Amino acid sequence: MAILEVKNLGINFGGLRAVDNFEISIKEDELVGLIGPNGAGKTTIFNLLTGVYFPTDGTIELSNTDIRGRKPHQIVHLGSSRTFQNIRLFKNMTVMENIKVAYHNRMSYGIFGSVFKTKRYRAEESVANEVAISLMDVFELTSFKDEQAKNLPYGKQRKLEIARALATDPKILLLDEPAAGMNPQETEELMNTIKLLRQRFGISILLIEHDMKLVMGICERIVVLDYGRIIATGTPAEIRSNPEVIKAYLGE
Amino acid sequence: MDLLVQQLINGLTVGSIYALVAIGYTMVYGIIKLINFAHGEIMMFGAYFAFIFAFMFPFDLPFVLIIIISMVLSGLMGILIERIAYKKLRKAPRISALITAIGMSIFLQNLALLIFGATPKVMQPLITGDPLILFGYNISRLTLTTIGLSIFFMIALTLFVRKTKPGKAMRAVSQDQEAAQLMGININKIISLTFAIGSALGALGGIFYAMTYSQIAPTMGVMPGLKAFIAAVFGGIGNITGAMIGGYIIGFIETFTKGYISSKWVDAIVFGLLILILLVKPSGLLGKNTKEKV
Amino acid sequence: MTAFNQTLIKLLTNKKVVHYTFITLIFIVLFTMIKSGTIDRYISNLLIMVLIMIIMSTSLNIATGFMGQLVLGHAGFMAIGAYTAALIAILLQPYIESTLLLFIVSALAAMIMAGFAGVLVGAPALRLRGDYLGIMTLGFGEIIRVVITNLSDITNGAQGLYGVPRIMTFPIAFWTTVIVVALIFLFMNSRHGRAILSIRDDEIASESVGINITKYKMIGFIVASMFAGIGGAMFAFKEGFLAPSSFGFMKSVEIFVIVVLGGMGSLSGSIIAAIVLVFLPEVLRSVNDYRYLIYSSLLVIIMLYRPQGLMGTKELDLTQTKSKAIQFWKNLKLLPGKIKLLPSKIKALFLKWVASIRKLLKLNQKGSDC
Repeated sequence: MAILEVKNLGINFGGLRAVDNFEISIKEDELVGLIGPNGAGKTTIFNLLTGVYFPTDGTIELSNTDIRGRKPHQIVHLGSSRTFQNIRLFKNMTVMENIKVAYHNRMSYGIFGSVFKTKRYRAEESVANEVAISLMDVFELTSFKDEQAKNLPYGKQRKLEIARALATDPKILLLDEPAAGMNPQETEELMNTIKLLRQRFGISILLIEHDMKLVMGICERIVVLDYGRIIATGTPAEIRSNPEVIKAYLGE
Repeated sequence: MDLLVQQLINGLTVGSIYALVAIGYTMVYGIIKLINFAHGEIMMFGAYFAFIFAFMFPFDLPFVLIIIISMVLSGLMGILIERIAYKKLRKAPRISALITAIGMSIFLQNLALLIFGATPKVMQPLITGDPLILFGYNISRLTLTTIGLSIFFMIALTLFVRKTKPGKAMRAVSQDQEAAQLMGININKIISLTFAIGSALGALGGIFYAMTYSQIAPTMGVMPGLKAFIAAVFGGIGNITGAMIGGYIIGFIETFTKGYISSKWVDAIVFGLLILILLVKPSGLLGKNTKEKV
Repeated sequence: MTAFNQTLIKLLTNKKVVHYTFITLIFIVLFTMIKSGTIDRYISNLLIMVLIMIIMSTSLNIATGFMGQLVLGHAGFMAIGAYTAALIAILLQPYIESTLLLFIVSALAAMIMAGFAGVLVGAPALRLRGDYLGIMTLGFGEIIRVVITNLSDITNGAQGLYGVPRIMTFPIAFWTTVIVVALIFLFMNSRHGRAILSIRDDEIASESVGINITKYKMIGFIVASMFAGIGGAMFAFKEGFLAPSSFGFMKSVEIFVIVVLGGMGSLSGSIIAAIVLVFLPEVLRSVNDYRYLIYSSLLVIIMLYRPQGLMGTKELDLTQTKSKAIQFWKNLKLLPGKIKLLPSKIKALFLKWVASIRKLLKLNQKGSDC
């Protein structure tokens, strides 16, 4: 069964056709890479999938629910979660709090519950703490628990953003250039974390990345985008030898 | 005289004043993205400067000289305020700069209170003489000067910004500070120049305002300052032509509300209008819409 | 170690126990001082004013400090609360004998009315941010004032509303404040509070983890205005007289300064700053004319040199005060040495300045020679 089913997706910005006839189907447990030169429309597609932009045409189905026109937070509720190209953490909140914010929708106590510290409040908060602790454990953030997010080293900030996205309990995770700005060693570490995360959480991942080594190394399937259109899809080996792709990346 | 014509002339007078003051708001916002709350106070100080040189000076000075001296002094004050309070915060979050501007505004108000006292002073019109007759209507010389000089300065400013080198530099800085710097423009100088021009025009507005209502007080800058700001927002903040148009529109709305609806509700209506503009078209008449990039 | 010692240590390191004991002690001390006449009526009135300003600043802190939304019209909500409470109390006074009950009923009404105004402001405020939002709330505050002035049939207009029962006693004020601050604290330490905090740091990220920012901004504005309504009610019952001019833009700024000085996002900061800023002008009576001059300079200086305020986003923790006090004492000991160095530093600066002026003059002379 497909977690994410996108058909004929397109958006116009004024006169510009930023994305045209984009299609993708991501099955459970699949890791798909989305690559393309700068300005090809990759992040725009993420913004369409997460409800930041409203598509001009096409359909987006997340677990068989049409999500066009839904607000970003509603889409998160339906099981999709993302990270950002330029890290967007809650800078003045601690690492722990950053993760607990994302656990928000999995708790149900109301405002009166928080004020009177009801039984449900205490139970849910303690579960949230456990979840946060186990996520920090996976991403090696435990020693930074009470540190403000802005004080973390760059690589840890990337990790925290992924941990935060996972705390929403997504079925599919959209990662926007998670290795941007990382050195080879940090990238290597990130690759291992992504692999580990699939084993542990069993979720689908759609990944935008410029680092070819990373993309080729972990993705089962790759979609190549140029000028808002898909120019190739296939396994890493197929993509590597596709003349269209080579042309898009290296020019004529 | 016809009530309608009288209202139109009043609207034009008040509008001219608002337009002059609004220019200062819009120029400063355009260049450092700050709502210069202290602008209303510069307007007030401009009026006090004129008052001092007109009535407390041993010699009689000609009107033009009084205006020029007050404008220059206020311009310097504008530069000084920017250097002391805003310069350090150029890279800080905008909310910090805004809070500082509010602080500056209250500071200047209370400084004036200490220097000049709380009791309002009577400002006699510096332009006297028989009213002129235009199209069969009597129009006072003060009104004519207010409208005429305001329009003169607005045209001069527009030409300055469009045609001269510093004017172009100003526009460049407002679009992209870093790029302008790389092109060899001295940002500090241009920002100072912006504050100087804005403050000088604000002072002129203050002088006319004081003469029109024949009163000066330390708090006189607050209301016209806010309304001029509304005018700047109306026209599209950052856009000089927009500020001028906005000033006249607010001037007309205000006088017509006073004349035909109720003078008690004027302020509520003008502020209500502000909220409405912010909701319907926050970028104003001529402003550009910008959205945060994800 | 004896069992007694162990329990003592346990109690002294338990945050809840320490803080509640501390609050109760403060109350007992102040209350006995008022009852015995050690504190006169003037000072006890000031104390109530401090408590009102604590409520006003902690409530504004929700919207501005924690949620990061600039609100420059908080006095408007206070005005609505004050007038509502005053009018209801005047109406109900003949029927309700207990002052406490009268206060509770009218304060609740004040809360509801102010909260309703919060909805009116909050709804459009959702579309704006930063300085635009500040201007809009400023506009709303002014509109509220104009409306109160012009509804003279009900509010007696600019002349002011007389005959409000002066039922504000110190114990009622004190415990109302404790309850309000505790409620805000508990609220901010829940999933709802975290959602509000995340809006301040990054709205887009906040939405991307599933926070309904529209809903939470609305909640933030409403809660802030409701508590401001209570502050207004207390103000009405303390003064016994209300005029629209008491709730102008300057009042909003006064509250705002407290929040900024204390630290945007710190409740204990707001409390400390409220105490300081209400008492400061009274202690320095002779400088009362300079009151706003001091306020405004403070605001500018804080923004330039310590934009995070006294406490930043941290809260005061009494269980940690001992080590902090020791640290402070150590720093204090270093101070005389630093002061000794000061004259030489100033001298050096002055010499540098003189040298640069000389250089300039010389350059000019050379210029004229040519």
